[in-house]
Amino acid sequence: MSASDITQYFDYIFMAMLLCIGIAVIRLRNLFAVVMLTGAYSLISAAWFVSLDAVDVGFTEAAVGAGISTVLLLGAMLLTSREADKTSLTRHAAAAVVTIAAGVALFYALGDMPIYGDAASAANTGVGMEYVNLTAEQIHIPNVVTAVLASYRGFDTMGEVFVVFAAGLGVALLIGLGGSKRKED
Amino acid sequence: MMSPHVILRVVSKVLIPLIIVYGFYVHFHGEYSPGGGFQAGVVLASAIILYALIFGLDEARKVFPPYWARVGMALGGFIYASVGFVSLMMGGKFLEYAVLHPDVSHGTGQHIGIIAVEIGVLTTVTCVMIAIFYAFAGRTPEISDEDW
Repeated sequence: MSASDITQYFDYIFMAMLLCIGIAVIRLRNLFAVVMLTGAYSLISAAWFVSLDAVDVGFTEAAVGAGISTVLLLGAMLLTSREADKTSLTRHAAAAVVTIAAGVALFYALGDMPIYGDAASAANTGVGMEYVNLTAEQIHIPNVVTAVLASYRGFDTMGEVFVVFAAGLGVALLIGLGGSKRKED
Repeated sequence: MMSPHVILRVVSKVLIPLIIVYGFYVHFHGEYSPGGGFQAGVVLASAIILYALIFGLDEARKVFPPYWARVGMALGGFIYASVGFVSLMMGGKFLEYAVLHPDVSHGTGQHIGIIAVEIGVLTTVTCVMIAIFYAFAGRTPEISDEDW
C-alpha cells in the first residue's frame, strides 16, 4: 500500500511536468524549440508509463515519440518555416471552446472511472486477468504483453502492421520516397 | 559530403553497431522482456537515421537503399499474413500457432508463430520508418550549421 502511495506522487510530478511542457509548446513560436519540447514531452510520458508499470508502452513511446517523431518533425520543419505565424484571436477562442468542452466532458466521466490501482476494476478482472493466468500454460512465455499482442490478438496486430504499411504508402504516394535514382545508376 | 563533426562521427561509429545489436536483442527477447517487433523496428530504423544524419543521406542510401525500404514495407505484412495462411494449411485456424509444431506441451508452435509474425512486424516497421525518413530528408536542403 505504501509503495503504491509513493509511486503515485511520481505520477503527479510527471503530469505536472507534462502540463508545463504543454503550456510552453503552446506559447512558443520557434518551431525548432517546439519540436524539441515535443520530444521531451514524449520522454517524460515514457517515464510516466514506466512509473505506471506499463513498460512496453513506455518503451514504444520513448522509441517512437521521443526518437523517430522528433527526427521526422525536424525534417518536416525544415521543409516549411522556422517560425509559426501568429494566429488570430477568434481561432484561439474556437480552440479554447473545444478544449474546455472536451475537458469538462472528461472530468464528468471521471466519476465513472475506477479508483487508481483498483484491483476490482474492469481492466483487472475479466478477460485481462484471464490472459495473465493462461499465458503461462497456453503460450509458455513470461511476457504477457507479447502473448496478447502476437498470439491472443494476433489478428489485431496484423491490422496494425497494415496500418503502418498504409502510413508508409501514404507518405510515398504524397511526397515520394526520395532518391529514386535507379535510372541514373 | 564529409561532415566536419569529428566527435559526432567517432561516437556514432561506436554507437550504431550497439544500437543495431540492441534492436535485435529487443526483438528476439520480446517474449521475455519488454519489447517486440514494433520497438525493435523503430530502434533499427533509428540506427540508419542516425547514420544518415551524421554521414549524409547519400551514404545512408548506399547502406540501406530506398529500394529495400519499398520492398520491405510490403514484405513485412506479407510475412505476417503468410504465417496465418501456413497455420490454415496445417489444419488450424488463421494465425493459430499451436498447429505449427507438434510439441504442444511446451508451446513450441506458439514460440515459432510469435517470432515469425514479429519478424514481419519488424520488417514493416523498420522499412516504413526509414522510408518516411528518406521521403522527408530527400526533399530537405542540407542542414547548415546555423540551423542548429
